[in-house]
Amino acid sequence: MSELPGDLEYTDEHEWLRREDDGSVTVGITDHAQAALGDLVYVELPEQGQELEVGGEMAVVESVKAASDVYSPVAGSVLEVNEALGDDPEKINADPYGDGWIVKIRPEDIEAASLMSPDDYQALLDNLDD
Amino acid sequence: MASDNTPYDKLIFEKSRQGRRAFAQAPADLADVDIPAALARNDVPALPEASELQVVRHFTRLSQKNFSIDTHFYPLGSCTMKYNPRACNSLALLPGFTGRHPYAPVEHGQGYMTSMFELQEMLKAVTGMCGVSLTPMAGAQGELAGVAMIRAYHDARGDTERREIIVPDAAHGTNPATANMCGCVVREIPTGPEGDVDIDALKAALGPKTAGIMLTNPSTLGVFERRIKEVAELVHDAGGLLYYDGANLNAILGKVRPGDMDFDVIHMNLHKTFSTPHGGGGPGSGAVGVGERLLPFLPVPVVKAVDTEDGVLYDWADETDYPQSIGRLSGFMGNAGVNLRAYIYMRMVGREGMRRIGEYATLNANYLQVRLREAGFELAFPTRRASHEFIVTLKSEARQFELTAMDIAKALLDYNYHAPTTYFPLLVPECLLIEPTETESKETLDGFVDAMIRIVNDARQGGARFKEAPTSLPVRRLDDHKAARQLDLRFEPDSGEAEEASAA
Repeated sequence: MSELPGDLEYTDEHEWLRREDDGSVTVGITDHAQAALGDLVYVELPEQGQELEVGGEMAVVESVKAASDVYSPVAGSVLEVNEALGDDPEKINADPYGDGWIVKIRPEDIEAASLMSPDDYQALLDNLDD
Repeated sequence: MASDNTPYDKLIFEKSRQGRRAFAQAPADLADVDIPAALARNDVPALPEASELQVVRHFTRLSQKNFSIDTHFYPLGSCTMKYNPRACNSLALLPGFTGRHPYAPVEHGQGYMTSMFELQEMLKAVTGMCGVSLTPMAGAQGELAGVAMIRAYHDARGDTERREIIVPDAAHGTNPATANMCGCVVREIPTGPEGDVDIDALKAALGPKTAGIMLTNPSTLGVFERRIKEVAELVHDAGGLLYYDGANLNAILGKVRPGDMDFDVIHMNLHKTFSTPHGGGGPGSGAVGVGERLLPFLPVPVVKAVDTEDGVLYDWADETDYPQSIGRLSGFMGNAGVNLRAYIYMRMVGREGMRRIGEYATLNANYLQVRLREAGFELAFPTRRASHEFIVTLKSEARQFELTAMDIAKALLDYNYHAPTTYFPLLVPECLLIEPTETESKETLDGFVDAMIRIVNDARQGGARFKEAPTSLPVRRLDDHKAARQLDLRFEPDSGEAEEASAA
């Protein structure tokens, strides 16, 4: 089990979020999520400018085992999507916290989001393993 | 097992050689049949040119590579791969059945019509429903018919706001897909720790927009929904209807009836529960059964019994008899041959046999579950008795020895067992869904347990063979990722001539 990046925040649906300097946030799925899904074969991305709700469907990731919704941790509008995932969804498997980012969002009210610290998320993962 | 494990053969097209014509028995002038020039084709069809014996050997070898219920134990959970008695096949092939034309007058096909009427009656009796239609061509179409009837019912009452279908997160993926296809919105509700529907979440989801709920019972988790009476009462009180997904009907056959659990509509996979051949995409039969409220909406045609001066005549009931019907789902009445095989099977096992099917399907699953638990495998729902299937989770094997559910599934092939269902239901990590069916002997079940134990022991002792499995089959571990991303099933001949085949 790899260590969780300390500069990210996490959700109980296994998304991560990074606050960028310009006030936007970058969102992806965690290493745990990609490992549980297995090799990804397809990612359905939102449209640029699309309005997202907290906990609303933001993207769909499909692996050889299953298709799974990715939920938006914050409300806001989509600034940018990681187009590279279209040809190479495995970037999420290879580098979930880096090249495998999914969406950049301009959040409306980030304080309303229900986010976890790395320690809390680690505790959640430890619980799942039992 | 006498299966042919020689490496992957050439395609019949690759064995072709231009100009080869070698029939065993056909008259030499067969090709000179007098076809009017206007009807003759202009170019030669792109068919393989091989000798008759090459063709016979090619397809015989292919058939020997097959994993099937006739050659292997096939515990594919949720699919009910039980034995298909030969008698059903033989009787369904009687010339009176195969020679019947669907447009011939019904008086000329009373044997078939009688059989289908009796099939409807038997299905009503064994499920506790008031009406049955045999028109859906497969389970998915049966589901579509079921939800379409629920919608038609609400619409007929002017209750047009009811468009929400509640689906537990353990459901088959076809359930939400069906609701969607019928123009409804899916509300997903979670499952409790012991596999039952979360009643509080159900209460929260119910309301004036509820069209109905789709449930599988026993559920895809292999356990019986214990609070089904309460669920039915809550949904009905909220104005919704209950849909029963018949995927797991085998478990309760002859013991409990969906009608008695207050379901309003059900679909049955005759190709599972009533033992008609399936796999490879069909043909199937997804007959639907309805309670009183949905009777007017049944898809047509159905077979009715009409009293005449000469006795009973079995005739089609169509839109005239069912003016509110949701319509037709197939050209005539479903897959006639499949429905016939199910009819013959039900007549053979009889009322007592139905009960025995449910009991032995459940007994076999529970025996297998207990033996695997005693051998150290972790059950997903250890406090629950299995229905006709159960779930093993390989969470700890995956963590300790990197032996995943997929690895064990592939390794079982080397032991001559078809793999159980893997990674379904999605709620359980690294899971195998195992359904032995009632038609397997204790010795077969014991052999399967031994193979499971050997695979894990091998992994425990540091062996890595399982990562390479299957090693004994013509095709090794497939690249699932590539199959999904770059699927290519089309044969394209090399430019010019096909490869020379070695003399057979």
